[in-house]
Amino acid sequence: MKTSSSQALLRLLQAHFGKLWLLVVYLFLYGPLLFLILFSFNSTRQDAVFTGFSTRWYEALLNDSRLVGGFFLSLKVAVITGTLSTILGTFAAFVLVRYQRFRGRSLFSGLVSAPLVMPEVIIGLSLLLLMVAVQHAIGWPERGATTIVLGHTLLGMAYATVVVAARLREMDRTIEEAAMDLGCRPLQVFFLVTLPNILPSLVAAWMLTFTLSFDDVVISEFLSGPGVTTLPQVIFGYARRGVNPSIYAAATILILTVSTGIIAYSILTMRAQRRRERDAQAAVLAEIRSVEENVGTA
Amino acid sequence: MNIQRWLHVHPGRRFVIGVPFVWLLIFFVVPFLILLRISVTDMGNGVNPFAPLMQAVDGSLHIMLKYQNYLSIFEEVDKGSGAKAWGQTIYLEAYLTSLKYACLTTILCLVIGYPFAYFIARAKKSVQPALLMLVMLPFWTSFLLRVYAWKGILADQGVVNNVLVWAGFIQEPLQLLYSDVSMLVGMTYVYCPFMILPLYATLVKLDFRLLEAAYDLGASPWKAFWLITVPLSKAGIIAGSMLVFIPCVGEFVIPSLLGGAENIMIGRVVWDEMFSSNNWPRASALAVVMILFILVPMAVYNHYGAEREAAGKE
Amino acid sequence: MNQHDSHPSGFLLTENLVKRFDDVVAVDDVSISIQKGEIFALLGSSGCGKSTLLRILAGFEKPTAGRVLLNGLDIASFPPYERPINMMFQSYALFPHLNIWDNVAFGLKREGMPPAQIKTRVEEMLELVQLTAYAKRKPHQLSGGQQQRVALARSLAKKPQLLLLDEPLGALDKKLRQRTQFELVHIIESVGVTVVMVTHDQEEAMTMASRIAVMSHGRVLQVGTPQEIYECPTNRFVADFIGNINLFDGQLSVDEHDRSEITIDQGVVHIDHGIGGSIGMPLTIAVRPEKIYISKTRPNVNVNLFSGKVREIGYFGSYSSFIVEMQDGRTVVVTEPNGSRLENIDITWDDRVFFWWDEADPVVLTH
Repeated sequence: MKTSSSQALLRLLQAHFGKLWLLVVYLFLYGPLLFLILFSFNSTRQDAVFTGFSTRWYEALLNDSRLVGGFFLSLKVAVITGTLSTILGTFAAFVLVRYQRFRGRSLFSGLVSAPLVMPEVIIGLSLLLLMVAVQHAIGWPERGATTIVLGHTLLGMAYATVVVAARLREMDRTIEEAAMDLGCRPLQVFFLVTLPNILPSLVAAWMLTFTLSFDDVVISEFLSGPGVTTLPQVIFGYARRGVNPSIYAAATILILTVSTGIIAYSILTMRAQRRRERDAQAAVLAEIRSVEENVGTA
Repeated sequence: MNIQRWLHVHPGRRFVIGVPFVWLLIFFVVPFLILLRISVTDMGNGVNPFAPLMQAVDGSLHIMLKYQNYLSIFEEVDKGSGAKAWGQTIYLEAYLTSLKYACLTTILCLVIGYPFAYFIARAKKSVQPALLMLVMLPFWTSFLLRVYAWKGILADQGVVNNVLVWAGFIQEPLQLLYSDVSMLVGMTYVYCPFMILPLYATLVKLDFRLLEAAYDLGASPWKAFWLITVPLSKAGIIAGSMLVFIPCVGEFVIPSLLGGAENIMIGRVVWDEMFSSNNWPRASALAVVMILFILVPMAVYNHYGAEREAAGKE
Repeated sequence: MNQHDSHPSGFLLTENLVKRFDDVVAVDDVSISIQKGEIFALLGSSGCGKSTLLRILAGFEKPTAGRVLLNGLDIASFPPYERPINMMFQSYALFPHLNIWDNVAFGLKREGMPPAQIKTRVEEMLELVQLTAYAKRKPHQLSGGQQQRVALARSLAKKPQLLLLDEPLGALDKKLRQRTQFELVHIIESVGVTVVMVTHDQEEAMTMASRIAVMSHGRVLQVGTPQEIYECPTNRFVADFIGNINLFDGQLSVDEHDRSEITIDQGVVHIDHGIGGSIGMPLTIAVRPEKIYISKTRPNVNVNLFSGKVREIGYFGSYSSFIVEMQDGRTVVVTEPNGSRLENIDITWDDRVFFWWDEADPVVLTH
């Protein structure tokens, strides 16, 4: 009796092993996020026991001038980084996809992807040495927001290139020829046809590089100067000292903002996709009907 | 070629190539050359690190390259006798620790990620985008904060220990934080999506009718998995392993937050040499050697890539 | 070989056009002349250079050598945006981010046409292709046939002097294709534009074009009306490429001014005209399957009569096709329309049959 029931359990486990595995790994991926959200509302500085609901850490967060200051600096740095990276990445993607032949092409494609595999520590260190050398020579730039942006953009450009190049590769090039055929000069072709068609990838590249910059600790640690600390740097400093539920509160705000945005975006694109499919289907049906009518009258 | 003509022939094309190329040269190539150059200078006696490497002394040209920064990585100088010996320097240990964690993390990610990617690839087509989005979503939220959360979860008085004590598995809290456990959990947690996504990309392209054919020819599900699925997803396994291994070697944040004195990795050591010891040449030398650790697996990967490409062309 | 067109001048002329890609010669010394108002087809299998030739006309490729004269003006070095030529792409190349109205208006806006005039012109074009109701739709919301009509409207909107069609029906399914062929010709004729089209489909070329150039390996092998190409191919490649044909190699044995005889392995073929060649010269006889009569009983003729055994029968509805094996193993394809010749229905596998053709029907190809 006992063996048969354990056998049944085993069989059940086997049948649902896949779902179980997915569930466990998702728990692993989302556990820490849930932890952050839950304990940001804890009433005490405890990590282990939820002692009661409170929003005191949110108040503490808003009153923490270092966190708030770091947030605005990070926002500024991330916006500039995202924009610069996307522009440079678009240029680089064009070179990679469109210019198959020029001297230095293999060097170029190597250089574009190198920051992706280079440890951030080395990117940070070597850029720091460059900045020091330049400052040594011409007295500029002071280490601070500018140098952080330069460092983040070096990395961001590599990511933006990958995203834009992927879209550019799958784009139908004949629409550019069609534009030229209809009277567009090369620059007009780019702005009237190419750009609108790769725009989604530019938005994606911007969001990705914004996030990279907003999240980066290592490069910022190397390139920031005295009195200039980004939000991740402030958090990193707090985190090494111990537990601080204000950070949990900051994390909760970030998680909720980002996930709302991403889920809303996915739902919108999925809906648009479904609508497109429906319209296309309707068009085909209409065409079939008109063919049938024509055949009928003929 | 004449620059004037070069700019004249295709001004648009030159501009498009020139902008990113110059950017990369200034902010990637030049800094790297400076790094190389500083790694061979002597800074011991307050020498300007940017002083020229070549100096005319007594009418002859002297090139001053110092290799002791590299030697000191592997060579221990006995304080008392001054004798030099190859041995276990803190640098060598840090490299080995980095390699150990990178390898173990890669294996853990593969073990967890492969079945995971496989089950997503075999799930209903309609739910696959949502399942994938759930893998990507944590990536968009702060990496730092997600690592930080583990600090609270794995602490002596943290969630895991409390649950284990409450359940009666253990009497005393386990030392989870600042140990191999916290390091591996943290690194696996952060890098697992990088393994899952390329694995999914190859597994979803795999024709599952091949497995049916294998069953039809008498293979057991296990045999079919090992003989069909795994070899056909080799590209994804290699790509995923690279994406996990390479950043793991240079990891800086996770050991700082979740590691103890025993778990010092090379990224941290470079930082300390730079900012604590102020020894720029040694920090540079350490960084250059670190690149070699990355280049070896890259070369292997490119070799396989080239092989695949050649096979594809036939 | 008829390398050069017989017309000395025309609306569109290409003179000794050559296009080389590295070591590959895609277009090899092509000279053709196209009259105003013609629908001219470049026909050939893929890789024969027809698409490259079209792209040279559109301005996407610069010829390695030779001239392209449109109305007497050499346009070979003009970029695409400065040519009074528009193209309908094989994939249609509709701008996915613009709606139908804006797609059609695109070229007009580039010309700087006043908005009121653009409006009239776009409406006129949409009316022409019967898509007025779809003006606000995006291209992906239309079916393949509708997209094709938008592409046509867009390429006609600027009133080009020359319209290029790249495999105009290639992306449509078969049923739609037949209807669209006539619709397309109807629209082109109502507009009165000169057309150069590229196709690999001989049926498409035959029904739509007023003249056809058959291309192979970058060269033009023959130019002529569909009927000339079909009935009087000038070389073996064209004869074999267009439709089905039976080819027999032989030698000229009798050559008078109003008749000739050619000896082939299986006998003697009588022709009702002279060749004007030397006795013994090698020739090839080409006979279309539908020009051959077939019967189980011996007919009352005594020239061009052969016999064999039926090896295969294919029933194609409106006609049947027989593969007949002659004594020496050589096979001949014969087709018979169904319904009109009921006596053939009793022909079946392994039957002994007679087949013959009129003295006027074979085409004689010199080597």
